[in-house]
Amino acid sequence: MIGLMMKIKIALAQFNSKLGDVKANLEKHLELIEEAHKQNADLVIFPELSLTGYVLQDLAYNVALRPHQEDPVFNKLFKASKDIDLVVGFVHEDRRHRFYIAAAYLSEGKTRHIHNKVYLPTYGMFDEGRFFAEGDSVRAFDTKFGRVGMLICEDFWHASLPYLLWLDGADFLLFSSASPGRGLTESPRLSSSLWVEHTNRAYAGLFTNFVVHANKVGYEDGLNFWGGSTIFDPYGELVIRAPDFESTLAVAEIDLNQLHRSRARLPLLRDERTNVVLRELERILGVK
Amino acid sequence: MIDLSINTDLTIKILTGFIKTELNRVGFNKTLMGLSGGIDSAVSLYLSARAFGPENVLAVRMPYAKHSSSKTSPQDTLEDAQTMIDDLGVQSMTVEITEMVDPLIDHYEDMTKLRAGNIMARMRMIVLYDQSVPFKGLVMGTSNKTEMLLGYSTIFGDSAAALQPIGDLYKTQVRQLAKALGVPDKVIQKAPSADLWAGQTDEGELGFTYAEVDKLLYLLVDQRYRPEACVEEGFDKAFVERVMGMMRRNHFKRVMPPIAKLSQRTIGYDFLYPRDWGT
Repeated sequence: MIGLMMKIKIALAQFNSKLGDVKANLEKHLELIEEAHKQNADLVIFPELSLTGYVLQDLAYNVALRPHQEDPVFNKLFKASKDIDLVVGFVHEDRRHRFYIAAAYLSEGKTRHIHNKVYLPTYGMFDEGRFFAEGDSVRAFDTKFGRVGMLICEDFWHASLPYLLWLDGADFLLFSSASPGRGLTESPRLSSSLWVEHTNRAYAGLFTNFVVHANKVGYEDGLNFWGGSTIFDPYGELVIRAPDFESTLAVAEIDLNQLHRSRARLPLLRDERTNVVLRELERILGVK
Repeated sequence: MIDLSINTDLTIKILTGFIKTELNRVGFNKTLMGLSGGIDSAVSLYLSARAFGPENVLAVRMPYAKHSSSKTSPQDTLEDAQTMIDDLGVQSMTVEITEMVDPLIDHYEDMTKLRAGNIMARMRMIVLYDQSVPFKGLVMGTSNKTEMLLGYSTIFGDSAAALQPIGDLYKTQVRQLAKALGVPDKVIQKAPSADLWAGQTDEGELGFTYAEVDKLLYLLVDQRYRPEACVEEGFDKAFVERVMGMMRRNHFKRVMPPIAKLSQRTIGYDFLYPRDWGT
């Protein structure tokens, strides 16, 4: 399809979920999808655990979903994905009843890909490993816009996963998060906001990729979620930043020709020496 | 370098959002709090007035003023409270607690200043929780991070509240926030006091200043310094040990009482739900 569709519109659905109320959140999703569709968006991305809220604890087991046509929640989302591609966040219960923090990419009424969060922060204010199973794979996948990779929050605090997606062919990194704000200083933005933004900008520049990030807003049990969702282009330049702390649907157009231009200028992907990476990793890990 | 400076615009944005969200999600849009004339309750009051509008905020003054020798709520404190009430245009009421607490205080010959102070703090809690019903509002907390960490509060007294908006700000930072919110200079400048007895000041009773202890707490708590490393940074060893001791001894004030576990699933251990469940 590339060549036909060189400009696409991405909507960042920076919103606040009702904690543990999937029905209410589904309604909100459908409203925002409708709104994004009206603005001619091609893809709308929701934050981590957008259908459930973040601080779930034992609620995780009550709000878990299976992304099938028969599931009443996903059924509606599949219908909504006929005209516009969707990334939604949910608790994924697999066939063996393991519970994952997951992101689903829905397109043309079907599931294109599900990513189960690989890195579950279980330290400081985080307790994900207590309630959730770890995902164990990271895969890029094809969409009508090109090849894409999805990661969730802590996943992209580990440089290895964006790197793997890049090598797996992803030109678009779609990040979703529920990032609690912390680090109050004299700066007008929180340390956590600055850190995440620096990192996303770095991935965009180092991989000459589009990096799209949808972050949650609102408050749950004393935690604040700072929003500030962004898109960076393959030069590492900011395309759009949604305001901090505000519920909003931020829509921006990106020009896919930038991939051609940035990689002609800066052939980091062409020059990446995966054989060196592999050999050295095997040495470090004692595989060979 | 230890820098406790905060961006006050950002702080106000997060805290007014917090106050509004946490009350609205449980069906309230009004709040009330004790207003002592000191800086902490002033900051909670100013934040609440910004979050909900002054007409939805009730400042309750609860002086104790019977025994002339131990009269603990000085007149200028009441006047400072009135200045802030007038400045913001919040609702207000005065409930003198003297007649309520004196029978209990006078009941025991061996009554101490500390016990009497705790009785007053808990009576103020009773008044606030009672007034929360006719006012249809929730009780706003006024505790800061310094006093929570040191345990410098009366459990089930001044520490009792529905929300603690300034509980993650050191006293030094509360002062910066107070200035940005327009709290009168006189309130910001005066020596902090629990007013539990005449002439009491926090810093006199604690034996160190908030400016000093905030820096130490910042290293110990926020920056995870070991106590020995704080001494290496120039803090007096006895001071570090005293503060560590206060933090440890008073930890019970910061947690729920432990439930003796017996069943397969017990509140607090493996029955874990967010407070904001379903909202």
